[in-house]
Amino acid sequence: MSLLQIQGGTVYDPTNGIDGVVQDIWIQDGKVIAPSLDLKADRVIDARGYVVMPGGVDMHCHIAGPKVNVARKMRPEEKRTSPMIRRTALTRSGTTGSVPSTFATGYLYAGLGYTTAFDAAVPPLTARHTHEELEDTPIIDKGFYVMMGNNHYIMKQLRDGEPERLKAYVGWLLNATKGYATKLVNPGGVEAWKSGDWNANQLDDSVNSFGVTPRQIINSVAQAVDELGIPHSVHVHCNNLGMPGNWSTTLETMASLEGHRGHLTHIQFHSYGGNPNDQSTIRSEVPKLADYVNSHKNLTVDVGQVMFNSTTSMTGDGPLGYYLHKVTGRKWFSGDTEMEAGCGIVPIVYKNKSMVHTLQWAIGLEWYLLINDPWRIAMSTDHPNGGSFMAYPEIIALLMDRSRREAILDQAPAGVRERCVLGDITREYTLNEIAIITRAAPARLLGLKQKGHLGPGADGDVTIYSINDDKQRMFELPRWVIHRGEIVVDGGEVRSNKAGTLLHVAPDFDDAVVPDIQSWFEDHYSIQFRNYPVDENYLHLHEVVPTRI
Amino acid sequence: MSVAEQTQESTLPSLTIVKDAACTFCGCVCDDMELTVENNRITKAKNACVLGKAWFLNHHIDDRPDATIKGQPVSYEEAIEYAADILLNARNPVTYGLSDTTCEAQRVAVAITDWVGGTVDTTTSVCHGPSGMAFQGVGEVTATLGEIKNRADCVIYWGGNPAESHPRHFTRYSLTPKGQFLPNGRKDRYAVLIDVRKTKSAKAMDEFIQIKPRCDFELIWAMRALAKGVEVGPEIEQKTGVPLAQLQALVDRMKTAKFGVILFGMGLTMTRGKHMNTEAVLSLARDLNKFTRWTAKPMRGHGNVTGADNVVSWSTGYPFGVNLSRGYPRFNPGEYTTSDLLLRGEADAAMIIASDPMSNFCQQARDHFVRIPTIVLDPKLSESAKVATVAFTTATYGINVAGTAYRMDDVPIYLRPAFQSKYRSDYEILKAIETRIRERQLAAS
Repeated sequence: MSLLQIQGGTVYDPTNGIDGVVQDIWIQDGKVIAPSLDLKADRVIDARGYVVMPGGVDMHCHIAGPKVNVARKMRPEEKRTSPMIRRTALTRSGTTGSVPSTFATGYLYAGLGYTTAFDAAVPPLTARHTHEELEDTPIIDKGFYVMMGNNHYIMKQLRDGEPERLKAYVGWLLNATKGYATKLVNPGGVEAWKSGDWNANQLDDSVNSFGVTPRQIINSVAQAVDELGIPHSVHVHCNNLGMPGNWSTTLETMASLEGHRGHLTHIQFHSYGGNPNDQSTIRSEVPKLADYVNSHKNLTVDVGQVMFNSTTSMTGDGPLGYYLHKVTGRKWFSGDTEMEAGCGIVPIVYKNKSMVHTLQWAIGLEWYLLINDPWRIAMSTDHPNGGSFMAYPEIIALLMDRSRREAILDQAPAGVRERCVLGDITREYTLNEIAIITRAAPARLLGLKQKGHLGPGADGDVTIYSINDDKQRMFELPRWVIHRGEIVVDGGEVRSNKAGTLLHVAPDFDDAVVPDIQSWFEDHYSIQFRNYPVDENYLHLHEVVPTRI
Repeated sequence: MSVAEQTQESTLPSLTIVKDAACTFCGCVCDDMELTVENNRITKAKNACVLGKAWFLNHHIDDRPDATIKGQPVSYEEAIEYAADILLNARNPVTYGLSDTTCEAQRVAVAITDWVGGTVDTTTSVCHGPSGMAFQGVGEVTATLGEIKNRADCVIYWGGNPAESHPRHFTRYSLTPKGQFLPNGRKDRYAVLIDVRKTKSAKAMDEFIQIKPRCDFELIWAMRALAKGVEVGPEIEQKTGVPLAQLQALVDRMKTAKFGVILFGMGLTMTRGKHMNTEAVLSLARDLNKFTRWTAKPMRGHGNVTGADNVVSWSTGYPFGVNLSRGYPRFNPGEYTTSDLLLRGEADAAMIIASDPMSNFCQQARDHFVRIPTIVLDPKLSESAKVATVAFTTATYGINVAGTAYRMDDVPIYLRPAFQSKYRSDYEILKAIETRIRERQLAAS
């Protein structure tokens, strides 16, 4: 029995309607409990004069698994010039740069006040690898999304008109991988790339070997996810990422999700007007897309904010990797996974002297500022694609202070102001709204009832900040971070090497389909069917998040 | 509801059949073994190749002490305490080997090295280390082995002899199997071997190109030029031994293939040019994506050397040759690679896991190895185990120990043991050493 009392802090807990109220938070055995005068705490944190929020939740980042590890291997040059993570009496060493090593990743997230993070793109065949890395990613709770947008079995069921079988397969695959949610990456386009047809640029393009379209894939998987009651909706990386003029593809993708829940990820990269063959014509189309999202309650987004920095682009979108390699001329990794997925990795620098990059930065901010309901948008940089998760405090400061945005726009290359509306937007985020988009909303979008809030029964994940007019500094260095009732960061020092908990789903599905899956699998894969599912002994501490049915 | 089939093992009093076991002898990690186990011996290994059969059928558990200190039998506990002493008292210990053990054990070995501030290095530094360095320079366009099986209609083997080093690579992954988009198997593929000598693998090819020794780089560079439409003079034949017309025809064929792969071996990475050769071959495969889909892949040797690369990378950010003495990881092949640390006399202790530097390092390195305190974990009485200060007899991974191994294409495979060994696994021994080191470090702080 351990009892922690966080005394007298100014609490922001939007889920429970608490907006800057001075009150105590009690945590017993890792869970928040109702305050009680009868209890005596084992430890009291004097939080008077501090801001208290639930621990941060990152719903879209790339922190574990094969593509992340390839990027670590491929980028030795940035590690020597980046801060080192030194071994301490309690904690392991690590390297940083745009793709930190696993131990470093856990410590950095904790140090930032984030207690939960999800890797957004894992090929099922390498789920086992991802679990091994997540176990070596300390402190934070975590999970991952399973890539399905170019999966042959799914496309085959679509071609054969077998929606029930498709649904059962989605359920089977989530169980087999111990994943958390479904992910579609450039649906159909990656298979086109793998087969030498380069890409699928239109939602109604036919994917050659299967004769199905991206639209069908999006719609059918969204339906399967809803019917299986998966806590998080289908998580969609749209076709045509990064291309001028791609906003119409994005709008069509949104329309194809009609009738289902759908989450559009790193939406910033999908909101461009202009001519795809001429980068100089790029402009923002956020107002039209944000209007659509504002009026369609089934849709949610995270941003994928671009920051000015040197980073690594990593994606399950194979043709995008090739495109970036051609644009930048830099080293390139591409990895095709049999029957399932692709991958592209390229180093990239976002420069404030570039009109295109500055516009991408502005487009990301427009999304935060033009979505009326903060409960339907989550903060992300698509780490490390737009920038590191370590940039979140800077983004918070930009959202809370219009003059900071103006200062950058004033220095922006010619043409940026005219191609977007950011300069006209006066909105500034409140602390309560920041608490929504960095923890309460992502937890809700993920269907995590015990995360992102501080009501009784919630996990005891709490971040306590010193109040500072400079919001970037305030959010960069929390005074205390508590994970499941344990103080893991104190005064900027990581004080724990605990494992954290893996979060996954285990939906019911019609197992009559398994023999058909097995027969298809044995025809095409290069490993044995029985060696494919990830056994429970690969999971460290773990929790099954229940489905809605 | 279980997503896997229920257990397929059938057990009779003294006979067990283990299905879907993996062979960790080479980097193919074929996971379709059907092992018949009788009285703690594997009597049949269905689906195994000649190397796999030798691996399984010759496997027996030696009758040795659990552990020795300076040659004298001791208990595990005494040996663990002594090993912890060695590592805690050393100023520059090196941890080496790791390619023939589970990822679970590799992770603990890296942890120990981190806690004591040593150097962690793997056998990658003496095989495909140059490929790892080339990867850092240019990246890699690659695919899993199943993707090659299903799509690759043009296959080039370079500087290797898979027929003898990876016998099932041809039949299971790259040459003869029917694939999803290659319904006629071998007939749908064009296969080329490029090597300095005509090995057994040449017989299985459509074309064998014999290259003069130490000219790989020049040949690859000429191919890159031809692929880009840059003129190459006929003197290339004098330099490399390959006539220009033959080279031009090959490049034309590569550009018109639907999906190609270059599978390269240590004949490329360990000859003149080393990582420059690999950079060139990775660049060639990359360049060809301007015309069609091309990929490249190193033919990794040891059963879990790919896992070692992955584990060391995710833990430290670098794939091998990682020094932790300053409290954070630094990478420098040649400086922090084991053979170099030993031959320069810099390491003052060594822990060897499932590898045998005494039988394959140079004389100066071996001379130093016997001068310093050493810990060796090995199922067999290897040359290194014979001279070790502390030697542990271990259970063999894959055959007697469950865990994970990564195939040469980074696909992680679960290892189903055939039967139990009376010895402890690398993981168990390393975990005990780590626990002891941590107890003593935390008590001292």
